[in-house]
Amino acid sequence: MPLFSETGSTTILEPLPFADWQQRPAWPAVSLANTDPVEDLAPHVGRLRLIVLSFPKFSDGRAYSQARLLRGRLGYTGELRATGGVLQDQLPFMLRCGFDSFESDQKGFGEALAKTRTLFSVVYQPAEDDRATASLLRLSRRNVHPAV
Amino acid sequence: MPDTHFYQPKHFYQYDDYDRALVGERVEQFRDQVRRRIAGELTEEQFKPLRLTNGLYLQLHAYMLRIAIPYGTLSSRQLRKLADISRKYDRGYGHFTTRQNLQLNWIKLQDAPDALAALADVDMHAIQTSGNCIRNVTADHYAGAAVDEIEDPRIWCEIVRQWSTLHPEFSFLPRKFKIAITGSPNDRAAVRVHDIGLRLWANEAGEVGFEVIVGGGLGRTPMIGKTLREFLPRDELLAYLEATLRVYNRYGRRDNLYKARIKILVHEIGAEKMREEVEAEYAAIKDGALKLPAETIEAIARQFAPPPLPHRPAVVAEVEGLKLEDRDFALWLKSNVAPHRMAGYRIVTASLKPAGAPPGDASAVQMEGVADIADAYSQGEIRVSHEQNLVLPHVAVEDLPAVWRALGRLGFAEANVGKITDIIACPGLDYCALANARSIPVAQRISNHFAELARQHDIGDLKIKISGCINACGHHHVGHIGILGVDKNGVELYQLSLGGDVDFGKTAIGAILGPAVTADKVVEAVDALVHTYLDARSDGERFVDTYRRIGAQPFKERVYAAV
Ligand code: SF4
Repeated sequence: MPLFSETGSTTILEPLPFADWQQRPAWPAVSLANTDPVEDLAPHVGRLRLIVLSFPKFSDGRAYSQARLLRGRLGYTGELRATGGVLQDQLPFMLRCGFDSFESDQKGFGEALAKTRTLFSVVYQPAEDDRATASLLRLSRRNVHPAV
Repeated sequence: MPDTHFYQPKHFYQYDDYDRALVGERVEQFRDQVRRRIAGELTEEQFKPLRLTNGLYLQLHAYMLRIAIPYGTLSSRQLRKLADISRKYDRGYGHFTTRQNLQLNWIKLQDAPDALAALADVDMHAIQTSGNCIRNVTADHYAGAAVDEIEDPRIWCEIVRQWSTLHPEFSFLPRKFKIAITGSPNDRAAVRVHDIGLRLWANEAGEVGFEVIVGGGLGRTPMIGKTLREFLPRDELLAYLEATLRVYNRYGRRDNLYKARIKILVHEIGAEKMREEVEAEYAAIKDGALKLPAETIEAIARQFAPPPLPHRPAVVAEVEGLKLEDRDFALWLKSNVAPHRMAGYRIVTASLKPAGAPPGDASAVQMEGVADIADAYSQGEIRVSHEQNLVLPHVAVEDLPAVWRALGRLGFAEANVGKITDIIACPGLDYCALANARSIPVAQRISNHFAELARQHDIGDLKIKISGCINACGHHHVGHIGILGVDKNGVELYQLSLGGDVDFGKTAIGAILGPAVTADKVVEAVDALVHTYLDARSDGERFVDTYRRIGAQPFKERVYAAV
């Protein structure tokens, strides 16, 4: 399946399914089912270069939580890939949850990815992309213009 | 008419540039998605969650657009715009729902983006009014005006609205997710039957916080929510919600549509285990970015500061006189007018249930009429109640006769709020593809049968709720009398249940009375129930109190003798 990323760089490492990887945890690439416990990767995140999270159907959103835990809680900084039901209209959510590469066979996916960050100039909630929320921007605006 | 209403100060949250930008960008995103759907680039399966999370639902005959009315609060300007949109893109009327939304039943797909853009003009949207995501947050419709209020729940609804809008992690949940907030001990928001219910209360130290209730809901498996947290400090609300939603997103069932709500997760793993999971997740995030700075809370709270109402007399000779002269006015004062936190004011409910009308429907002309009345007599503000009525929150006692007459001209002054004809009914087989049976015509027949106002007032408080199928959109489980449409070999039948309630502390799921009855016998059955009550009641007892005292048997005997 075609692979996309905003920077164009993706690793060629072959990910092992979680059960196999547990036998060989030194291998730097792993692929998780959306029911696998991401917490178990905690001791290894520094070494991992690729984690693949799966969307069995695009409407099954469990991997969004896995992604946020990997990035936000475990501090994983390597490539985080979405695979399975990956469609361009999920990209705003996926980017915010910390995904940075995508397997998708949807036509026009690459063009859509290039435009995703232009769709919304405002976000309301803190996530893994470290964008300043509307509420934070309001606070700093108020501090600059205390009268407002 | 001059546009004076544009300059009226508002007493609830007003969008700033950030809110406007987001809603506008969302409309443009959806416009592109609709274009791609029409061009065949998106399959219906792919398009479905996109249109649902923009409020567009495919019904029996056409698309339905469900517009969010956050915490049920509208300005007169917004209500006029809704009238406008219903005229331009629909058939000139709309339907107010039990979740403080407005539904337009005849929208064309290609018009939907323009209708949404028109909504955005008045700072409104249809975001997340459908689909498996966090839905429009509902609140007490008396918020900011009620005598018994501890704190205005809409402050918190707005904070939750922003946090939940386009939440990147929680836009593909196992199932829909509904949150309700009340700021009064007398719960008017039904917090025990929501996925999450939040109740503001003050502890012994005088601090205000939330009781967090999780896993309530109606539908095919009705359940009363469990208290996960007795007292949550207010500034930790979002962290606690995020923790709860994360546990649900990860562990909620996805194998069976009917077992996917959070109530099933809570039921299957138990409230204790659920609490452990949520508290553990919460402990990990509670001091992070979701903690609400006092300044942020204050800035939003300021926008809900009550309107500076001038002093008006609490006792007015004209009102007292009219009460003696006109029986209908006297009855209306009793049922449709509630106390206000200021002595010279009242909260007025405009009944959208005149005898024989479909519950909750309003034409464009009626919407505009209510907007005019709100401008003249209620600070330009209107509320939508979950009982499908409209509320004028700040009416001076002196103005009650004028408001009553004006509402009467619109057909909205029926003195039946809380009475047997103030029926909640889902759209049913007339609109809904999932229905087993008609709901609205049943409501209309009951309403006609009991139309006589003096009789309604004699019968007293009685809530009838009707759903066209087990999905329970008409909340039949919590009706004093619940009516559920069932299908038996292609025949529409109605199952009756008694004793449901949503009042706080008394929340109960109704018990099924006996075999279902045919459509032409529903009115007789309800009539038999009412007569059983009238014969058996003791002083001051409501229908549901008598039922609780004497049990189902006497009701059952009389109903099945009659049908
Ligand atoms: S209760 Fe059933 S029939 Fe009524 S609106 Fe809901 S799904 Fe449709």
